[in-house]
Amino acid sequence: MTSAPAAAGTGALARYEAVIGIEIHCQLKTASKMFCACDTQIEGAEPNSHCCPVCLGLPGTLPTINKSAVEWVIATGFAIDGEVATTTRWDRKNYFYPDIPKGYQISQYQLPLVANGKLTFDTSEGPFTVRVRRAHLEEDTGRLIHEDRDGRRVSLARRSLIDFDRSGMPLMEIVTEPDIRTAEQARRYAEELRLLMRTIGASDAEMENGQMRVEANVSIRPIGREAFGTRVEVKNMNSMRAVERAIAFEIERQAELIDGGGAVHMETRGWDDPSQSTYHMRPKEEENDYRYFPEPDLPPLTTTPEWLAAIKARLPELPAVRRTRYQTEFGLSGYDASVLVNDLASTALFEGALAAGEGVPAKLLANWVTGEYMRLVKGEESGGSADPVQLAALVKLVADGAISGTNAKEVFAEHFATGRVVAAIVEARGFRQISDAGALGTAVDEVLAANPAAVADYRAGKGAAVGFLVGQVMKATRGQANAAMVQTALRERLAKTE
Amino acid sequence: MVRSGIIPGMANLTRADVEHVAFLARLGLTEDELARLEGQLNHILDQYAILATLDTEHIPPTAQTIEVANILREDAVRPSLTVDEALSNAPERSESGHFVVPAILGGEGGA
Ligand SMILES: [Zn+2]
Repeated sequence: MTSAPAAAGTGALARYEAVIGIEIHCQLKTASKMFCACDTQIEGAEPNSHCCPVCLGLPGTLPTINKSAVEWVIATGFAIDGEVATTTRWDRKNYFYPDIPKGYQISQYQLPLVANGKLTFDTSEGPFTVRVRRAHLEEDTGRLIHEDRDGRRVSLARRSLIDFDRSGMPLMEIVTEPDIRTAEQARRYAEELRLLMRTIGASDAEMENGQMRVEANVSIRPIGREAFGTRVEVKNMNSMRAVERAIAFEIERQAELIDGGGAVHMETRGWDDPSQSTYHMRPKEEENDYRYFPEPDLPPLTTTPEWLAAIKARLPELPAVRRTRYQTEFGLSGYDASVLVNDLASTALFEGALAAGEGVPAKLLANWVTGEYMRLVKGEESGGSADPVQLAALVKLVADGAISGTNAKEVFAEHFATGRVVAAIVEARGFRQISDAGALGTAVDEVLAANPAAVADYRAGKGAAVGFLVGQVMKATRGQANAAMVQTALRERLAKTE
Repeated sequence: MVRSGIIPGMANLTRADVEHVAFLARLGLTEDELARLEGQLNHILDQYAILATLDTEHIPPTAQTIEVANILREDAVRPSLTVDEALSNAPERSESGHFVVPAILGGEGGA
């Protein structure tokens, strides 16, 4: 086993350029499977309880194409600015392994539904665009469990168990050109694609349960050289962090191998999270070994302009467009716009609150979502939630000066934890801010009378004494005074009686 | 890589090609079987070589002989088989309701 790279990718990238292409499989959000009517709600189900003769690959059965699955791929095509095929076809990818009951997987080889798209996203080194070579539809495989003699689940097994519930689930494969040069770009691409999938609704794209699977083809070449090096396929990356680390590790591993006089072999390697390293899984099969040929059981598919236009019209606002709009329409910084847009729950809260609370300043609202809301979500006591209407009400109180910023944070935390409405919390805690000049004036006068030393300091030129006096008024009013008004009232009085 | 031609004049299947195809099909073949299949497979390719002499330049490639297109199914769920029905042809079933097959070595499938 190679030792872990000291700093992710930094050593090798001084001498070599990495060339990375990403393949992502996403389970599409349909009610039924790709080529049969079995239910796709298989998570946690009894093994082999979501199977029929079609997805079990029984002889004499015929597949039928799920219209929704096709539409999700077309929608993805539009979302990545790709070309949607006018005619598409299905092919058989032949291989023998028990997870594929027919001995072939129905996929798309020569005529994918989508070609030549692109995706642009931010990285620490600025915006980056990756070309997407193709996006196509296929069917998922069954799940295998390897067991040893004692029934323990291991890799070197006595027997293998098959659950065909996943067999025939609709899967979209999205393949990039080898445009990616760093592990960070690879992770950011996968994150942006995941956000896109969730935004358009094509897939929930949870990596933890395999709804989204990221594979990377990684090779390196000396800086300045045109020809590609031998590529290694890296699999089993189960989180975004794993994607970045696995690729960084693989770049270092290949560089060490070449520096030591060795050669990179074409192989498939798996990421092992506990050891933070990749390991050999199997030699990579050649494309020709799959003996693709046109699927005779499925007719070709032509896409009419009307159908495509209808799918395109259903697309929601895409993340890139939304980020720009938040900056131009609401004056948000690029960073704040990204933080809001990159998290769908935050986007929904922000948009919902905007729609609910008339006249609430968008920028202030955005600060609350990216600040307090995100802090609570990431905090130890997450599990709470925020209601957009309540957030709008709270931010309105803050904007109107009816409640202090500090108290508002307490109110929000309680709302987040308990779901209580904002008005009730403000009332119960007596947080309504005193903005009444008369009431404030009395408190200010009392504080001035009680603190002659501070008053004398101020008059002797120590302007900072005002801060102390403001604090005394806030204390006297249990934090309910409008601090700005207190400040003004104090200065007025101190100036007058001089 | 294209191992051998189905184009007239190109080399026929070699023993190595047959062994490779047998490996892809996960078939363990004896020397006798390999020799016999080499002959049979080359015989099949010879037939293709005859077909390949036809002029097909103006005929579009076709994978289908029935003239239908755009057959789509609405995304609606219908009942699946019961677990017992699904497993009724299994060579062996486990207590957990899985199909049981002999151990598979060498990692996962190709998809
Ligand atoms: Zn089925």
